[in-house]
Amino acid sequence: MAEQKPFLTVTDITKNFAGVQALKGVSVTVNQGEALCLCGENGSGKSTLIKIIAGVYEPTSGTVAINGQTYKNLRPIDSIQAGVQVIYQDFSLFPNLTVAENIALNQQLSQQRKFVNWGQINRVAREAMQQIEVELPLNRRVEQLSVAEKQLTAIARALLQDARLIIMDEPTTALTEHEVAALFRVIAKLQAQGIAILFVSHKLNEVLQIAERVIVLRNGEKVLDDTADGLNQAQIAYHMTGLEFEDTRYDFKPKAEAKPLLRVNNLNAAGRLKDISFELMPGEILGITGLLGSGRTELALALFGLVPAESGDIQIDGESVKIRSIQDAIANRIGYVPEDRLTEGLFLERAIGDNIVVRKITDLLNALGIISRNDKQDQVSKWVDDLSIKTDDPGLPVSSLSGGNQQRVVIAKWLAADPRILILNGPTVGVDVGSKSELHDIIKSLARDGMGILIMSDDIPELMQTCNRILLMRSGKIVQTYQASDIDEDQLSAALRSVAQTA
Amino acid sequence: MASAETPQVKKDTTFNFTELVLSKEGDVLRLSIIVVLLFALFSVLRSDTFPTVGNMRSMVFQASEIGILALGVSLTMLTGGIDLSINATANLVGILAGTILTAMIPEGAGTGQIAFALVVALSVGTLTGLVCGLFNGFLVAVVGIPAILATLGTLILYEGIGTAITNGASVFAQEALSFVGNGDVIGIPVPLILLLAATGVLTFILNRTRFGFEVYLLGTNPLAAKFSGIDNTMVLIKTYALSGLLSALAGIVVLGRINAASVDFGGSYVLLAVLIAVLGGIDPYGGSGRLLGVLLALIALQFLSTGLNMVLFQLSGANFFKEFAWGLLLLLVLLLNFYIAKRNT
Amino acid sequence: MPNFREIVTRNEFLVLMTIIVLSIIISFINPQAFLTLANLFRILRSSIVIGIFAMGVLIVLISGGIDVSFPAIAVFALYSTVAIMFNLGIQDALLAIFPETTAYLLGFIVALLLGALIGMILGAINAFFIAQFNLPTLIVTLGTLNAFRGFLLFFVGTLIFREEIPQGMVELSRTNLLSISPPEQRTANLNISILILLAVTVLVWFLLRYTMLGRAIYAIGGDREAAARAGFNIRRTQYFIYIFVGILAGIGGIVFGSLGRQANPFDIVGTELDVIAAVVLGGASISGGRGTVIGTLLGVLLITLVSSSLVVIGIPSEFQKVVVGALIIIGVAIPAVQNRRAVTPQAT
Repeated sequence: MAEQKPFLTVTDITKNFAGVQALKGVSVTVNQGEALCLCGENGSGKSTLIKIIAGVYEPTSGTVAINGQTYKNLRPIDSIQAGVQVIYQDFSLFPNLTVAENIALNQQLSQQRKFVNWGQINRVAREAMQQIEVELPLNRRVEQLSVAEKQLTAIARALLQDARLIIMDEPTTALTEHEVAALFRVIAKLQAQGIAILFVSHKLNEVLQIAERVIVLRNGEKVLDDTADGLNQAQIAYHMTGLEFEDTRYDFKPKAEAKPLLRVNNLNAAGRLKDISFELMPGEILGITGLLGSGRTELALALFGLVPAESGDIQIDGESVKIRSIQDAIANRIGYVPEDRLTEGLFLERAIGDNIVVRKITDLLNALGIISRNDKQDQVSKWVDDLSIKTDDPGLPVSSLSGGNQQRVVIAKWLAADPRILILNGPTVGVDVGSKSELHDIIKSLARDGMGILIMSDDIPELMQTCNRILLMRSGKIVQTYQASDIDEDQLSAALRSVAQTA
Repeated sequence: MASAETPQVKKDTTFNFTELVLSKEGDVLRLSIIVVLLFALFSVLRSDTFPTVGNMRSMVFQASEIGILALGVSLTMLTGGIDLSINATANLVGILAGTILTAMIPEGAGTGQIAFALVVALSVGTLTGLVCGLFNGFLVAVVGIPAILATLGTLILYEGIGTAITNGASVFAQEALSFVGNGDVIGIPVPLILLLAATGVLTFILNRTRFGFEVYLLGTNPLAAKFSGIDNTMVLIKTYALSGLLSALAGIVVLGRINAASVDFGGSYVLLAVLIAVLGGIDPYGGSGRLLGVLLALIALQFLSTGLNMVLFQLSGANFFKEFAWGLLLLLVLLLNFYIAKRNT
Repeated sequence: MPNFREIVTRNEFLVLMTIIVLSIIISFINPQAFLTLANLFRILRSSIVIGIFAMGVLIVLISGGIDVSFPAIAVFALYSTVAIMFNLGIQDALLAIFPETTAYLLGFIVALLLGALIGMILGAINAFFIAQFNLPTLIVTLGTLNAFRGFLLFFVGTLIFREEIPQGMVELSRTNLLSISPPEQRTANLNISILILLAVTVLVWFLLRYTMLGRAIYAIGGDREAAARAGFNIRRTQYFIYIFVGILAGIGGIVFGSLGRQANPFDIVGTELDVIAAVVLGGASISGGRGTVIGTLLGVLLITLVSSSLVVIGIPSEFQKVVVGALIIIGVAIPAVQNRRAVTPQAT
């Protein structure tokens, strides 16, 4: 590695928002060409810190020095000119413009051009892609790209701005493991060119794979700043939460007389699912994992009626059923907690209560088809209590809740409809570690009461701690079945990765 | 001690009142204040003509049909859409009903004949409104055309059908329908009864039925609505069908009131209906707003129109000043809503 | 390189094919009336004003907004310009100084500049509400549509100007770029104002394609948030957009009044839907980010072709609106259905 010369020095930063201290005296140094990981739960202050480095927020106190220059009032443009580039989770690309223009536009903009030089745009874009040794069709519109290709476009764009430090916010969330490996190779190339990488992630196994140094924030304070060599996942998790977690398993023994709740035979759907067959017993928690694009989400959607089956058979309680629409799924008492809770799961501006009873509304009607306010009130109170949703008033909008409590509302919505089968797609994405284990407890207790539960996830610790059985998918097929009691996290990770290599 | 405390309490209540008026939920209160202020203003300026029973009655007749159309626009706006074809639908309904009445009621027709003609004309009119609304719903919900474009297209289409039928001329209704447009029941004008009934029924539907509940949720987040098992397609089709039915009602009221129908009647009604809906607190992006607010906005607007007319009576083109004032009012309301929204975040 | 499939499924191609097929059908039904140079020039002439308006609407749609107030701006600009020039006697003053031809040309130029200036001011009012407060564009421009027209009719006037029209504007309607007399046919005249449409088109094309401002308009329409982060000045761009649309509307208004040789304050308002429809038919998306100058021109041509040729093929004029309405619905349904298909396969 290059000599340890600091590129960015953040000293004693404090940031207050309307009386809330988001950062309390945090100091961070990033050296040239260094790969650094920033970890922390939601609300730990990591996004605030990034925004301060990017010049978007002004710190309440403390200083930021980039490349030896200390800024009194760092504006976004100063930060960019000093060589700091932030790649946000949504990449900030223009879907309607071409790859070349997306890559070169910011540079044209910062050169304060009045006119567009298309020849230069194409040339510059090609050069930037050569620098990270990838090839993308320059004239394709970005909306036609895959997520990984969009990310590469965003990286190429950052390079054109003479980036010395690239900050990536949760860059691997939407990538397949194969693509993650490719991304890591690109990062290594950037490092070799002396560009520092600040990687913000909650996937601890990846953190350890890529980072030379790990910084952990908790409640606005820096609690760990150490080289990655001596660290393991459990230690980082401990620093993030301040709690120790036991490695527990969900014990499940089917009753002797029990019959499968759900049986799927040779299901084919959407050209993506091929000959899927499995069984789900009442009380079982079945994990379904695989890389992005392996078909795990498609399987969830097929069972929920959004991607109707082309062939094959779905049986519930031994009887064949047709699931061609969400309404069919609901009629068969199947519930679905979607992956993207904010856009697919919740009505953010509506009351918590309204969100909970949306599936239950038919049962709250009297003989005349009128909603009974008392019955509605009772339902809402029941679920707020049962799932311990922390709120002063269920009449408040859902947006007033924390991520974990919002997810409880989504689960309550489905529980109110009294499902027999509950499908959870990424049930704890974006939920902090503390709430995560509470959500897992809720899921387990539902299963103990006889519900059949499917969890689609690539969060391996989550699968290990909640599921009794795990199916591994690849290219739309189930390739392996594991009993959770027979394996450990490392083995499952390895299996997932080996699938990536053969894919 | 007591005397020292009293001002404190007083200060608190005024503070709370301002707070309430400017809060997000204060829209109905704000509109009520505007209504009262406008009434007071014009009653002072034209104390001879404005605060009279006669004037109130004439305002009611003018406002009711626009109010009914505004209800349709409000409903579609609650789902995040809009219905620009309301007035074209209303005119088409009026034209068809009028044509049927003219054809079926010859000179010196008996009561039975008139009654039969009325039943046929009203049924055809209602059905037409329903079909127009269903077609809008089909285009928006099934085909997936943005509501602005879909209803803009049907606006031209429905107007075109009306033109094709009438050749652009006016159709007359006979006296038979006059009761709907000009009649009274125990001293209350029939159009007002129809407007209030429609508002009441729709408010009830929106607040207390499954359909209403789903309209609000769909307007808030269509994707989450879909994933929650709400049949978005059906909810949208029903909403636009309801809007079509309201247009039919408005068309029949107009036909009864002015005893004529033509494709160019009520050129500014679409704007007015949108203005009333937005003024009444319906969120143009969908998901929030109450019909009570829409009713208050209607009253405020009618006071303003009539009041201005009376104040500017001597000037030519007072009607055009009204158009100007409406436009200005819409912009001011948008600004006010902007500041209130900003204040509450 | 775009392949064959991409070209064929492009909106421009579809519209062009529709125009060609429609022309062939009309030619078969009534070759004498349709297939003449005079008729072609007539269609072109009636597309000039719509075309100028359409270029403005295109820019607004690309930026993700909508403007329904431009007809009010156009008629406001036209009527006030004529009133100002008549009351100040500008045309007469010019005639006193310059030789006749020059004076008429200058008279028209003054009218055009005055119209553009008035359009600019009214456009700035739209821009103020939209850019400064980020209010919904449809509702704002519905409001200004009425405010502008109400102001015009109440404060400026309601009488139709005919004799008061500056002679320079009248001369425009009589000046032809091309005048061809084919044997045994009516003389075909192509009005000079087609050059104004051409200039506007080239200007807008250059603006959208080769200036950073144009790319900013696409960027804002594609993803507003990303545009702000990239450092585009959204507020300034929006000010530009609505002011520019105002200027185009003002110019369109003057050309309209010149070609019709009158200034009627009740004119133009009501055509907003036809113009928006033409632009959408030409492939611009109402949700922003998409739209081309060529597509817009084709859309305008399609709309004028249909509305000016229905009589030619024996469809009674009362049915015209039915056909236009149906055409618009089909035109906007096709991209909607295509969009749906593009979205459904990837369920997530």
